Amino acid sequence: MKLKNIVELLNAKVYCGEDQFDMELVSACASDMMSDVLAFVKDQALLISGLCNPQVVRTADMMDIKCIVLVRGKVPTSDMMAIAKQKGIAIISSDYRMYSACGVLYKNGLIAGDQETV
Amino acid sequence: MSEALHLEFEVAGNNFVSAGGASDEVKKTLKMLGVSTASIRKVAIAMYEGEINMVIHAGGGRAIVDIYRDRIVIVLQDNGPGIPDIDLALTEGYSTATDSIRDLGFGAGMGLPNMKKYTDEFKIESEVGKGTTVTMVVNFV
Ligand SMILES: Nc1ncnc2c1ncn2[C@@H]1O[C@H](COP(=O)(O)OP(=O)(O)OP(=O)(O)O)[C@@H](O)[C@H]1O
Ligand SMILES: [Mg+2]
Repeated sequence: MKLKNIVELLNAKVYCGEDQFDMELVSACASDMMSDVLAFVKDQALLISGLCNPQVVRTADMMDIKCIVLVRGKVPTSDMMAIAKQKGIAIISSDYRMYSACGVLYKNGLIAGDQETV
Repeated sequence: MSEALHLEFEVAGNNFVSAGGASDEVKKTLKMLGVSTASIRKVAIAMYEGEINMVIHAGGGRAIVDIYRDRIVIVLQDNGPGIPDIDLALTEGYSTATDSIRDLGFGAGMGLPNMKKYTDEFKIESEVGKGTTVTMVVNFV
């Protein structure tokens, strides 16, 4: 799934990464606890989180995650934007709540990053 | 490269903007040195968790990193409150983090277990009232 499809599906606002719309994303994980994200070494291209602070971007970068979806319409801070731009990480924000955002993406074929197949 | 590349970082306490900066530098250095992605990932996770622990639980500390051809040795030193029961602290889900720390996305009690899981050697020395030293080794593959 391309980033632009995800933006459409989630009706998301793009804060960072307009130039990465053709980036291909195959799996995702969702959490508000950063250690949970760090616990699974499988390649997870996308991180969905209700948390909105610089450590979300740092955590994503440590895991080579290339896109962050903020839920509940959270607006990234300037600190977050600065790190994301430097690291080439896209940040988009959706009004959906966590459960719905995950549901929409899952239904449309984005698999979980911590399992091979479903 | 037979001798070590030596790096040292001051890690500021309770600063959630700079937190992770040392791990970021180490990750960049390993990438530059051509270390495998798998090894870099392990180092990044373990060091970042340890760095965050110093920021949250110990009021900051110091990271001393030696990179050899075939491995990395990371020493995280702080003068924080120390860990009274190390076995308990290593239990998945155990955390003393406050609600305000949880709101920042930390306090799942998974940091130390993650550090242990992703390193080849892992040692904690801690004295209550004095501080904590965590030593981790990752062998490059
Ligand atoms: N450097 C340290 N100094 C003092 N106490 C520490 C230190 N590192 C860890 N601890 C103690 O050990 C507990 C467990 O640490 P661990 O990293 O596993 O979980 P956490 O930091 O609470 O949450 P998480 O890492 O999942 O965000 C902490 O809650 C804290 O009480
Ligand atoms: Mg921790």
